[in-house]
Amino acid sequence: MILAQTTSALPDNTGYVAAAYLVFFALVLIYVVIMASKLARFERELTELNDVADERFGPSAPAARPAPEEAARR
Amino acid sequence: MLYGTRLRALSIATLVTMTAALALAFFYAPMDADQGFMQKIFYIHVPMGIVALCGFVWGGINAIQHLRTRDAKYDLRSYVAIHLSLILGAGVLVTGSIWAKASWGHWWVWDEPTLVSFLIVFLLYATYQPMRFSIEDREKQARYASVFAITAGAFVPLNFIAVRLAQAYTHPRVFATADGGLPAKMQLPFYLSLLGMTLLYITLWRYEMASKNTSAKLRALRRKLAGDDAVAPVGRTAAPSLPTT
Repeated sequence: MILAQTTSALPDNTGYVAAAYLVFFALVLIYVVIMASKLARFERELTELNDVADERFGPSAPAARPAPEEAARR
Repeated sequence: MLYGTRLRALSIATLVTMTAALALAFFYAPMDADQGFMQKIFYIHVPMGIVALCGFVWGGINAIQHLRTRDAKYDLRSYVAIHLSLILGAGVLVTGSIWAKASWGHWWVWDEPTLVSFLIVFLLYATYQPMRFSIEDREKQARYASVFAITAGAFVPLNFIAVRLAQAYTHPRVFATADGGLPAKMQLPFYLSLLGMTLLYITLWRYEMASKNTSAKLRALRRKLAGDDAVAPVGRTAAPSLPTT
């Protein structure tokens, strides 16, 4: 049963606690890395498609392109 | 819309909540007299377990919507929900085993209903992706996967019931029981951690959804710009396909 008391005679299980939290953070980190690689692939594909569009329709005028800040918000 | 301010706000809220929860767990919550420092594992283990199981149910709810409407987006939502819950489920099993080793001296105990029932649910859902992969026809794949998600989703509450009906109360319980429960100073970090884990799940779910939608839109754009020949045919995959036209 859980008792909210402080005692100095507690076993030291720091390693196990650290391992459990490491597992959690590793899972999240791996997921974030996978998402980042997916985003990088999207960026590459977009650049490629932009080049295809430029070839077909000619380079788009700078004014027609959204400002970098606006593009980032999207 | 895809990478808009809402997703950014959600990510920040997740980070703040998780940081606050862990800070409170380590610096505010009192040390457990029975379990000592290793009780701190429960501030991630239990919320991960609850959120994973709720995620499976969420996958089932979306599967119901898919069968009702035949809209592919609900199949995708269900798939992503189950996919994320499986990842959290793996985390629950590993962190639980670490705790069991520290507390009981064994990595796994087979006569503990909570552990075994969670493992059964996890293994049941572990067959979800191979099952999808085994069906080539995309329409049929989505339909069968939805039926699976609904059936398995209904099985999930049994996990909670198993905890309550377990005769051997060897598994630590964090919610209030007849003879006591979580002390007040442990409740705040625990519930904040539960909120943080829920936000983390929602954030990752939305990121994954945005990623899948973007991928489908890129394929559609490539088809429009370069024609059908420029788009590589989608091979057999477990992931749902969104319409690219």
